Amino acid sequence: MARGKDKKKRKLEKKQEGDEVPKKVPHTLESLREKDETTIANAEADEQEEAQKDMELDELSSYFENAYEPKVLITYSDNPHTKTRIFGKELMRIIPNSTARYRQRSSVKRIVQSSIREQVTDVIIINENQKQPNGFLLIHLPNGPTAHFRLSSCKITPELRKDYKEITNHRPEVVLNNFSTRLGLTVGRMLGALFHYEPQFRGRRAVTFHNQRDYIFFRHHRYEFTSDGKRAKLRELGPRFTLKLISLQQGTFDSKRGDYEWIIAGRRHQLETSRRRFFL
Amino acid sequence: MQHDDVVWAIINKTHCSHKVTTKTQHFCRNEYNLTGLCSRSSCPLANSKYATIREENGIIYLYMRTAERLMFPAKQWETVKLSRNFEKAIHQINENLLYWPAFIKSKCKQRFLKITQYLIRMRKLKLRRVKELVPIQRKIERRERRREEKALVAARIDNAIEKQLLERLKKGTYNDIYNFPQMAFDAALKAEEVSGESESDKSDEDEEEREIEPELENELERSMDKVDEFVEADSDMESDEDSDSGRKVAAEVGSDFESETSDIEDISEKLSTRKKPRVEIEYETEPSVSINKRKIKH
Repeated sequence: MARGKDKKKRKLEKKQEGDEVPKKVPHTLESLREKDETTIANAEADEQEEAQKDMELDELSSYFENAYEPKVLITYSDNPHTKTRIFGKELMRIIPNSTARYRQRSSVKRIVQSSIREQVTDVIIINENQKQPNGFLLIHLPNGPTAHFRLSSCKITPELRKDYKEITNHRPEVVLNNFSTRLGLTVGRMLGALFHYEPQFRGRRAVTFHNQRDYIFFRHHRYEFTSDGKRAKLRELGPRFTLKLISLQQGTFDSKRGDYEWIIAGRRHQLETSRRRFFL
Repeated sequence: MQHDDVVWAIINKTHCSHKVTTKTQHFCRNEYNLTGLCSRSSCPLANSKYATIREENGIIYLYMRTAERLMFPAKQWETVKLSRNFEKAIHQINENLLYWPAFIKSKCKQRFLKITQYLIRMRKLKLRRVKELVPIQRKIERRERRREEKALVAARIDNAIEKQLLERLKKGTYNDIYNFPQMAFDAALKAEEVSGESESDKSDEDEEEREIEPELENELERSMDKVDEFVEADSDMESDEDSDSGRKVAAEVGSDFESETSDIEDISEKLSTRKKPRVEIEYETEPSVSINKRKIKH
């Protein structure tokens, strides 16, 4: 009713006061986020140190010491449809030193065993439902951890009107954005550990895992700095998809007796106590 | 007590509770039936001499009955447990059904084969990994989709990526690959500033003056040509001063310059005497000055 008038009034006030009034910042879910006690940035110095030490000792630490070159196996659920297959092949093109194989109805545990024998360091299993990829299981070998993600809004290159041939063979660089808590860092490290530790910058390929409100957005770009080095132009190469963590398991995949570090337990009220609580 | 023909006549012509008629065939639901068809030869009710194969909890039995056994319905079937070894079991069937009608013999063997096959299949299915079907809760799914959309908007991914990349560029992750003259220039300038601060103020000023000189010269020459234009521009640029006074000053400046353009050294001397040369240099009040400022600030 009086909204329009109010607006005018406010404008007038603004004019009179000039620029002295600080600009109001609207509240967002990010700024109102409930503090997580494991967030690294908020923690005290000794806790940070502890976290750092923890990370130096966990299963992924050897990757960050550049001790090995990642070798990735990508596979699907039984009888994948076209989209899932193409998706897997594109992932194979993105991730250096990776292979895509059909599953041949073998169980995850057997895949894990044989992959360890073949000295594969990570296994990705893409699940499918109604011809759409909907699950993403990431197993770090030889001894865990295992992360299960919900995969959604997956767009393969033809759907983005791109050509997969644009994806070059250079090793991409990885951008991990916004992983702040301990859990988030673990997940981010797992995702980062899929890629070779030494990117080839000449390829100008960037792979991004951007975490926002527990959703991890994957994007794949080729970038170019403008001639003055002030900006970077991005060209998306595709595919794009979104991950959401369902569970994190210690050790390799074991759905019956596995030790879950973190899991979404069914319904909203058991875990999701608040809309402003984020775990990654 | 054999009324096989009578029984069959009743079953065939009138009613049998085990009989299932379809458009093309008659089937039999009696569990002792050997073939599953309703016919004279394979009817378990109308044949007093009859044999069949049955499976109970994974064990296969051969059931036989003769006319003599029909007296005691509870004891009418003689059972033989068949071996799990296929060839042995066939041998057992052959032995037990020696001199029996060929129809029953062959059908028994066929049925035995079928049953062993389905047992093998059952075992395989049990041993294979079990897929778990998880219900998708529509409401939760919808909520997650909605939140994902909102998160995507809030993420501003492209900006974040660009920022990250530029940060890396600044940090020197890409050390030799990129060569940006502008950036190198900035870096050099910064370094110079740092070193300049360490030195005494005076020398710093002197340096700046020297830098200014050629530029001043150029601009003064230009100002000779277009004095009027500059006047107008001045009034716009210098909002701090009153517009009227600005014009006056500008006019004076013009006259000053005309007189002084011959020796710029004088100006520089004046500059050197003052603490902050560029800012206060005056009367210059000119775009040229502002340009100087900008250049130096870089």
